[in-house]
Amino acid sequence: MDPMDPNLARSLSTLLAVVVAAPLLGAAINGLLPRLLSRRASAVVGVGAAVVSFGAALWALLIWFPIRASLPGQAFSATYFSWITAGSLSVDFALWLDPLSALMLMVVTGIGSLIHLYSVGYMHDDPSFARFFSHLNLFLFSMLLLVLGRSLLIVFVGWEGVGLCSYLLIGFWYSDAEKALAGQKAFVVNRIGDFGFLVAMFLLIFLMNGSLDIPGLHALAEGAASPLKTQAGLTTLITLLLFLGVTGKSAQIPLYIWLPDAMAGPTPVSALIHAATMVTAGVYLIARLNFLFALAPVTMAVVATVGGLTALFAASIGLVQNDIKKVLAYSTVSQLGYMVLGVGVGAFGAGVFHLMTHAFFKACLFLGAGSVIHALHGEQDIRRMGGLARKMPVTHWTFLLATLAIAGVPGLSGFFSKDEILFEALTMRHASGAIPPWMNVLWFGLGISAALMTAFYMFRLYFLTFRGECRDPHAHPHESPWTMALPLVVLAAGSVAAGYLGLPVEHGNFLKGFLGPVFEGGEASFEGHGSHALEFGLMGVSTLVALAGIALAAWWYVGRGREMPARLAAAAPTLHRTLLGKWYVDEAYDLLVVRPLRALSGWAFRLLDAWVVDRGLVHGPARLVVLVGRGLRRVHTGDVQAYLAVLALGVAVLTFVLW
Amino acid sequence: MGIDTVALTPWISITLLIPVAGALLLALIPGDRPRAHRGISLFFSLLAFLAGLTLWVNFDPARAGFQMVEDHPWIPAIGARYTVGLDGISLLIFQLTTLLTPLTVLSTFRAIQKRTREFHIALLTLETTMLGTLVAMDLLLFFAFWEMMLVPMFLIIGVWGGERRIYAAVKFFLYTAVGSVLMLVAILYLYRESGGQSFALLEWQRLELPVRAQVWLFLAFALAFAIKVPLFPFHTWLPDAHVEAPTAGSVILAGVLLKMGTYGFLRFAIPLFPEAAGLLSLPIWILAVAGVVHGSLTAWAQDDVKKLVAYSSVAHLGFVMLGMFALNVEAVQGSVLQMVNHGVSTGALFLLVGVLYERRHTRRIDAYGGIAGPMKVFAAVLVIVTLSSIGLPGTNGFIGEFLILAGTFREALSSQGGFRTAGLVLGVVATTGVVLGAIYMLSMVRRVLFGPIVHEENRTLPDMSGREFAVLAVLVVLVFWIGWNPRFFLSRSEASVTALVERYHQRVAAERWTGGGQGAAARGLFRAPLAEEGGR
Repeated sequence: MDPMDPNLARSLSTLLAVVVAAPLLGAAINGLLPRLLSRRASAVVGVGAAVVSFGAALWALLIWFPIRASLPGQAFSATYFSWITAGSLSVDFALWLDPLSALMLMVVTGIGSLIHLYSVGYMHDDPSFARFFSHLNLFLFSMLLLVLGRSLLIVFVGWEGVGLCSYLLIGFWYSDAEKALAGQKAFVVNRIGDFGFLVAMFLLIFLMNGSLDIPGLHALAEGAASPLKTQAGLTTLITLLLFLGVTGKSAQIPLYIWLPDAMAGPTPVSALIHAATMVTAGVYLIARLNFLFALAPVTMAVVATVGGLTALFAASIGLVQNDIKKVLAYSTVSQLGYMVLGVGVGAFGAGVFHLMTHAFFKACLFLGAGSVIHALHGEQDIRRMGGLARKMPVTHWTFLLATLAIAGVPGLSGFFSKDEILFEALTMRHASGAIPPWMNVLWFGLGISAALMTAFYMFRLYFLTFRGECRDPHAHPHESPWTMALPLVVLAAGSVAAGYLGLPVEHGNFLKGFLGPVFEGGEASFEGHGSHALEFGLMGVSTLVALAGIALAAWWYVGRGREMPARLAAAAPTLHRTLLGKWYVDEAYDLLVVRPLRALSGWAFRLLDAWVVDRGLVHGPARLVVLVGRGLRRVHTGDVQAYLAVLALGVAVLTFVLW
Repeated sequence: MGIDTVALTPWISITLLIPVAGALLLALIPGDRPRAHRGISLFFSLLAFLAGLTLWVNFDPARAGFQMVEDHPWIPAIGARYTVGLDGISLLIFQLTTLLTPLTVLSTFRAIQKRTREFHIALLTLETTMLGTLVAMDLLLFFAFWEMMLVPMFLIIGVWGGERRIYAAVKFFLYTAVGSVLMLVAILYLYRESGGQSFALLEWQRLELPVRAQVWLFLAFALAFAIKVPLFPFHTWLPDAHVEAPTAGSVILAGVLLKMGTYGFLRFAIPLFPEAAGLLSLPIWILAVAGVVHGSLTAWAQDDVKKLVAYSSVAHLGFVMLGMFALNVEAVQGSVLQMVNHGVSTGALFLLVGVLYERRHTRRIDAYGGIAGPMKVFAAVLVIVTLSSIGLPGTNGFIGEFLILAGTFREALSSQGGFRTAGLVLGVVATTGVVLGAIYMLSMVRRVLFGPIVHEENRTLPDMSGREFAVLAVLVVLVFWIGWNPRFFLSRSEASVTALVERYHQRVAAERWTGGGQGAAARGLFRAPLAEEGGR
């Protein structure tokens, strides 16, 4: 490999610095000087920071793309300063640009910029306009650290940083107690995941002699006598701990519970953070560390199973929800389940492919929902909507396209990416043979069932919102301003087109080839057992499934079968109530985790501190002293001779003992 | 470790004398001139800070031993000397003390209205005794400063404190005084053991004491230090002292005074009794981790903001103790940095509680709620400081906790047998402190700042004044400075900490961590018949 042209290297590292620094600067300006800036200035700074970041990212990509083949692992690295050094531990502040981070960079800054623009319209009347953009910029900064960090610790800085911004933005309207609580829930649940991430890092630091460099970790994993290979149990433990972090950030069972509540935040936040970017961080992490996860077949099976279960479970809740954002939230959890299923079966490329297409169509759906909520002055209940198609044509058409995409209708992005995951779920086998083949069938079954539900509930949402007659007589919906409409159009276009980057063609698609160098390590541990014939056959199956779901929704919600949902609910009241109650998972956690911990905390204070330590160990001796003192008072007779006798005795004893 | 440089100008002594000089000057001012008292106090504490900066500038981070040492006879009859010097371990805490004192003085301008002269005399005297404790290289001198520290703090709590101030002050005094008595006995034993000629730390470090004696001596020192830290279960004086102390007292107590305990372990207990430290590191780890969990859980149960912050200190210092007794460079460096971090973030938290208290005269959490509306700047600062307290990356707290835990895990993983298992379990349990910290701190933030305003009087609360903001701004800058450029601070202590750790490992046999070795040593220790150790 040729050494890189130093001029190019310098421009690239400067550009990457700009990518990261621009949003940080924007956050600082809007955060520190909210009162000095007019609304327009705040918007210019906020959106400007995102756009500058996007521009710099694009520029960096254009430089890197043609020369990438000459770089080790196709990655350009830039080290800016030494961050932490202590003893053997040393962490540099280093960023890198490789195919995977390049793809994420485009998604994050591109969709991020669009959503910043959208927010100008959506948050127009909010008194805390500057604070909103400050937090949104800070989020962008953290997310960029997460995807560009070359050390696992820098990734972790971004990882916790996006969690912080999520907390701040969910509770953005802090005077609402429920929203503030939702923010706190998100942070705490994510911290449980971060606990796993942290412990995994502590174990890795030891194995790597004080470093957390990702390429270094890759090299360690590849080594023939690598401790990651010889100590399989340890590797399984490390990857499971990392996966705990993933379940927090990417809202998988058992830690998904924060994401539905996170919808308390402003809708652009739901679109950017809780759909398109932050929640995919877990998928990114597994894809990034594919070489490590691939060494632990048990972990991989757990990842795939959890992903498949989450996809199905969340979809089942989505069937009956009536809040437009809640439906989308559970749909996000479900789609994240697909991505996790994808990376779990060793189809890292497919998982990341779905991450990208989902970013487009889900951001589009959320922004469309925001446009609807905006037009209806805060109404979120789809039972009070209907007939919006005529009043809001742009919102309607973009929403429809995105719904078709997520439902898996052929020709749109979601179809290709979801299909690839389902195909690989059925056909990928771990080379070690540690995972029994029936699990493939299980995973495929979970995935395809969830696909049916997805098509159904998404079209239920679509029909109830946009078709039929308006069910709220007081509503005067209107189309949204251009700042909101433009992002919708761009995202809808992406929802259609993004799939063609990963078209299943004979010699591997573009995306596969592009990401190939990143996933070589991990994919080496897997063998595909499918054929193109099978792949096309499955495409037919999933097309039928999608169409069936859509047809059912049409029949029930705009067709003749409108009494069917009510009849069904009446026929199986327990099931209906359980689904409406979201399987009562929150209640179960409250009973099994929160309350016991609360009680423990009460005992720790009232029992241990106040009674055992204070009354027993502190006041006890004090009382003893008082008692002894009372007793000794009798000895103090005032008889000097007796005093002297005791003194002499004491001196004698002490002398004897000490010398 | 040894003496690396001798002071040409006695800057350490000058820094030590400045606050006391201020206190003497105050004594001459009539008692009814509060503005003059505050001015003088602020002036002298700032002067001490500037004098302290000369130490920072003259300090050579490449050297491991004591620098700028001054040595004069003190009580020639018994060989006690006035020997003071700074090394990397004391430098950071020394600097923290000189920084926090003027900030504390500033915070009292409205809060302390009665007996201002006496208050500032106590505060300045306290500063000198704390600084003296940190630079003393002679154990008698150290002990003198250590005990003198108690008096002004006792007065600050007992005179200017809240309703139950007398109970809290007496509890504070007795608790700490009891701990110190055994330390004095141990110091006298060492004095005899070393030939009765001197109290010099550097000489005593060269003593080769039998392990059995070391353990008892270590325990005697450790009790005094553990109470001060406070290490679980010696912590119950702390919440009372904090709750009753005025804001200034709490800031100094949390910011500096508690560090005297952890500093004592690093400076005296570990270097003087290395074998004992190694032998007892597991029990101390257990107590440290118990402190992390217990402090966090207990903090969550509090209705009083100040008590909550006080219990959070128990948890944070549990981390410091854990790292210190991991006895590798990462963990001890993290520990030293975490001492500073705790001073910054908990100091800031107490100042913020003080801001609230001055407005509403209550510390009950449910008296607040929704005040992020009227007090926007306050809310922003509280959130930032909270994030530092729960160790979010990018703030100072993360660096400290991360180094401590990484070092702890390394120590556990690189050992064998029972210690490995126990160490890993303790490391994992300590890491849950990250989750628990988020729970209790964010609950507090939510209940104080967010939600609707339920008490009408909160609707019109004035935001922070320029003075209040200035004080906190300094600490917020430190939060991010340490968070993003920890090397600036870590590099000061690196050489000294490395030397300390190396020296420890030289003294302690390599088999220390092996489960068998340790078990055997422990058995030998506790089953040895008394006769073996009987004679001298």
